[in-house]
Formats: sequence, C-alpha cells, structure tokens
Amino acid sequence: MGRLFEPALRGWAALVYAFLFLPIVVVVIFSFNASRLVDVWSGFSLKWYGIAWTDPSILDALKTSLIVAAVNAVFATAFGTLAAIGMQRVGRRMRTAFETMVYGTIVTPEIVIAIASLLFFVTINVDLGIPTIIITHVVYNTSIVALIVRARLVGIDRTLEEAAADLGATPIQTLRRVTIPLLYPAILAGGLLAFTFSFDDFVLTFFVSGATSTTLPLKIFSMLRFGISPVVNAVATVMLAVTLTCIFTASLLVRRHARGEGEAGLLLSAARSAAQRRAA
Amino acid sequence: MLGRPSPRPRGLPAPVLLAPAALWYAAFFLVPLGFVLVFSFLTSADFGGIEFRFSLDNYPQLLRSPIYLKVFFNTLVMAFAGTTLCLLVGYPLAYFLATRAGRYKNLFLVMLIVPFWTSFLTRTYAWLILLSNSGPLSHLLHQANLLQGDLNFLYSYKAVVMGVVYNYLPLMVFPLYVSLERLDKRLLEAAKDLGAGRLATFWRVTVPLTMPGILTGCLLVFIPLTGEYVIPAILGGGKFFMIGNLIGDEFISAHDWAFGSALGMAVIVVLLGLIILYFRAARRASSADMAL
Repeated sequence: MGRLFEPALRGWAALVYAFLFLPIVVVVIFSFNASRLVDVWSGFSLKWYGIAWTDPSILDALKTSLIVAAVNAVFATAFGTLAAIGMQRVGRRMRTAFETMVYGTIVTPEIVIAIASLLFFVTINVDLGIPTIIITHVVYNTSIVALIVRARLVGIDRTLEEAAADLGATPIQTLRRVTIPLLYPAILAGGLLAFTFSFDDFVLTFFVSGATSTTLPLKIFSMLRFGISPVVNAVATVMLAVTLTCIFTASLLVRRHARGEGEAGLLLSAARSAAQRRAA
Repeated sequence: MLGRPSPRPRGLPAPVLLAPAALWYAAFFLVPLGFVLVFSFLTSADFGGIEFRFSLDNYPQLLRSPIYLKVFFNTLVMAFAGTTLCLLVGYPLAYFLATRAGRYKNLFLVMLIVPFWTSFLTRTYAWLILLSNSGPLSHLLHQANLLQGDLNFLYSYKAVVMGVVYNYLPLMVFPLYVSLERLDKRLLEAAKDLGAGRLATFWRVTVPLTMPGILTGCLLVFIPLTGEYVIPAILGGGKFFMIGNLIGDEFISAHDWAFGSALGMAVIVVLLGLIILYFRAARRASSADMAL
C-alpha cells in the first residue's frame, strides 16, 4: 500500500482536474465545429458565432445582460465600498449587526431571495423588467463588494487618514483623496466581480425579469429547451470569455496590491460567496 | 484650558457611509423576506395571486402531502450525498495540494478556481454535450468496447449528483487545503516515531486536526446545495426535483404563492438550524481555525 500511495495521490489529482476542465473544453471546442450535430467533430468553422451574432433575440439578450451587469456593478460598488469603510468606524455591536446582514444576504438560498423579490414587486405593483433585475442583483453584490473592500481595509494604514484630517482635509476630501485611492484596487476588483456575478446570474433574473426582459443566461436556458445546438455553444463560449476576462482582471488587480493572506482571504471569501449565488 | 485638542472628525460619520447599503438591504432584502413570512400565513387565490385572509393551512399541508415530504427528504439526501462525495473526492486532492504540489502549488490552486469562475450555466450545460448518448464520452466508451447500447446517463439522479460534485467541489477543497496546509508536519512525524502506521496516523492525527476545515467545507457545500435550483433543472431533466425547484414551480406554474412561501420559510428554518448546529460543532472541534 505504501508504494502505491504516491502514484495514487497524483493520479487522483490529475483525474479531478480533468473532471473540472473537460466539460468547459468540450463546449469551447464544439462551438467551432462545422457540423450541425453538436457532438460529432467535422472541421473548424466560425459560422455559429456568425449565426448568433445576427440573431436579434440573442443580441438583445446580450445588450440586456450588459446593461444590467454594468448598472448593478456601479450601485453595488458604491454601496459596498461605503459600507465597508463605515463598518470600520462603528461600535462592535453595530458592526456585528451589519456583518450579520451582509452574510445573511450571501447565505440565504438564491431561490428564496428570488421568490421573495418576486412576491414583493408584484404585491407593491411594480412592473417586472430591467429595473427589478438590477435592484435584486444589487442586494447580493453589495455584500460581495463590502467583503472584498473590507479585506483590503484591514491592510491599510489608518494613520494616513488621520494625517489627512490633521492637515486640514474635510471628511469628504479625506475620503476622496486618501481612503478611496488606497482602496482602489479592491474597489475595482469588487466592481468587476459584481459585474461578473450579475452577468452570469440565472436564478434571481429568472424570477424577477418578467415577460419582456431576457438576459443571456435566460436566453441560453430557453434555447436548451429546443435541444443542444452549436449556437448555444457559441453563446456559452462568449459568456465564458466575458466572465473569465473580468475575473482575471480582478485577480490581477488584487494580486498586485495585496499580499499573502489578503489575497487568499479574498479568493476564499469570494469563492464562498460565489457558491451561494450559484446555488439556490 | 488649553489641555487636550478637541477630537477631529476623522472622516464621514459612519451612519452616512452605512446608510445606502442598510436602506437597500432593508427595502429589498428584509422587507421581501418579511413578505414571504406573511404570505406563508395567507390564502392563495384560485387563479394566482393572494387573498389577505389569515390561514394556518400552508404548513400542515406541507406535512400532510407525501409528495412534498418526499422532495424535502430527497433534497436532504442529495445534500448529504453531495457533501459526502465532495469530501471524499476533495480530501485527497487537498492533501495533494497541501503536501505534494511543491512550487506549482499556486498554479494548481488557480486552476481549481478557474472552472469555478466560468459561467455557471455554461458549466452545467456542458455536461449535456459531454454525456449525451451520441456525445464524446459515449463515443470513447463505444470505441473502447466498454459500453454497448446507450449511455443513458443524463436526466437522472446520478447526473444531478455528478453535476453537484462538479459545481461544489472547489468550495470543499479550499477550506480543506487551508487546514491541511496549517497542519504541523512534526505531529505526523511524532505519530510515526511513536509507532503509528500510515492509516493510524491519518485517522488519529490528520483527520482530527483538520476537522475545522472538514466542517467548514461541509457547511460551504451543504447550505447552498440545499437551495439548488439550476442543476436539477438542467441535468435532472424534470425527473428529479429538489426543494428549490418545487418552490420555484409554486411561483411560476402552480401559482400557489402562499404555499410556496411556506416552503421557502421551511428551507430557511432548516438551514438556520443547520448553521446553529455547525457553530456548536465548530466550538467543540476547537476554536481559532473555524473563523475562515
């Protein structure tokens, strides 16, 4: 047994990584497949991207997704950043209460938030559409940004803010010229993650989008009802490209400005929160 | 008189900073959840919508109907099975990452996150291609003569379990990795010096010392898994439901909002109970490391 342990351990790791990457690789490869059949390779072609690009319903969904994700990112970044800074400045009890709220939004199953929001909007007679999607997304993403910015706040030197105040800066000047520049990488990273989560969200959007607004994930989901088609592969690959680009940019930003624990902590807390939103 | 300088304002007052987020949470998180609670005690109108008439029927209905109880039970079984499988698959991987990955450790860790960060829907959908009866895997198995006839793996319980392990694995591996990484290797040597075999060392030293990571990983997987919606919807093909799908259906097709709300509350209560249990267990399992 002792002799087999090392190769078994390595083999297992290799298998798990194959398991993790295989499906993604397959989608990307088959999106360039010339054949109509989704599962038989017959040569390289870009035609499915062409078809997707000229399908107005797909383009509309892409546009809706981009609008929702961008507006959501702006709000979530502003709210989350301010909240993270504010949390540093309140008493222990208040901070615990606020933290509970932040974690509460992350831990509550997405399906429950989705139906709660649906109930709420319909009961108070708000028409479902892009605004309701954004409102619902901002709740979760504010918490994400707050967690990421907080992780960075712990690492910065508070005496800089005090120095600014001592030198006569007003509170708003201190915030604008000292605190926010110091937090900049974390804020940007948080904003990018908020964008990505929103761009990728299915469950919340599915329930609060109403009949008229469709985002890209909803579009993919509805296309799946008519079976797997190479066009879905192309659209899915585009989604992959967008989310991966945002994530890599975000992690580069964090990596350049944070060290060791900070980065690991950020990835962990982000991963943890991602789980929640993916689930439900 | 000159004594101490008056305290300077150190920045914007905290209430101003917290207000936007707090108001947003209150209006669009707490109030909607309050609606769910209230609606769970109301009566559904015949064709969707709600009558504002107090009712205690929704919760008993949940217990009376064998179908709902079965789905609840299925969901918990799925959550336990999924969590256990993630642990079994993830522990050796985390062990490898913490002890054998050497200078490629960071690369391996990033590679673990990359699929996790890609579009969730795409990842789940990808399995439809891979595992379809005429897909690449079926093709390979046929060529290798390992399979006669159809693969018939999709749209089943098995397919959902696999999708769950696929999507939740990184959440399990990270906390496991962190606790294995922190494990003091001298303790393992001490166990060996004292005559413990490899297995005994593993069960009596490694596992107890990494218990905080195990508990955290299980919690991180179990909680979101209980509310899972997309994986059964795509890979279960309408044959296997979890409680999340049931809740969704009450709102989308059945239009029984009062009962759907009761289901939602039931999920929240079950999860809260589990979180409390977790913190109890965590406190017992030792303290500092749990704070992940």
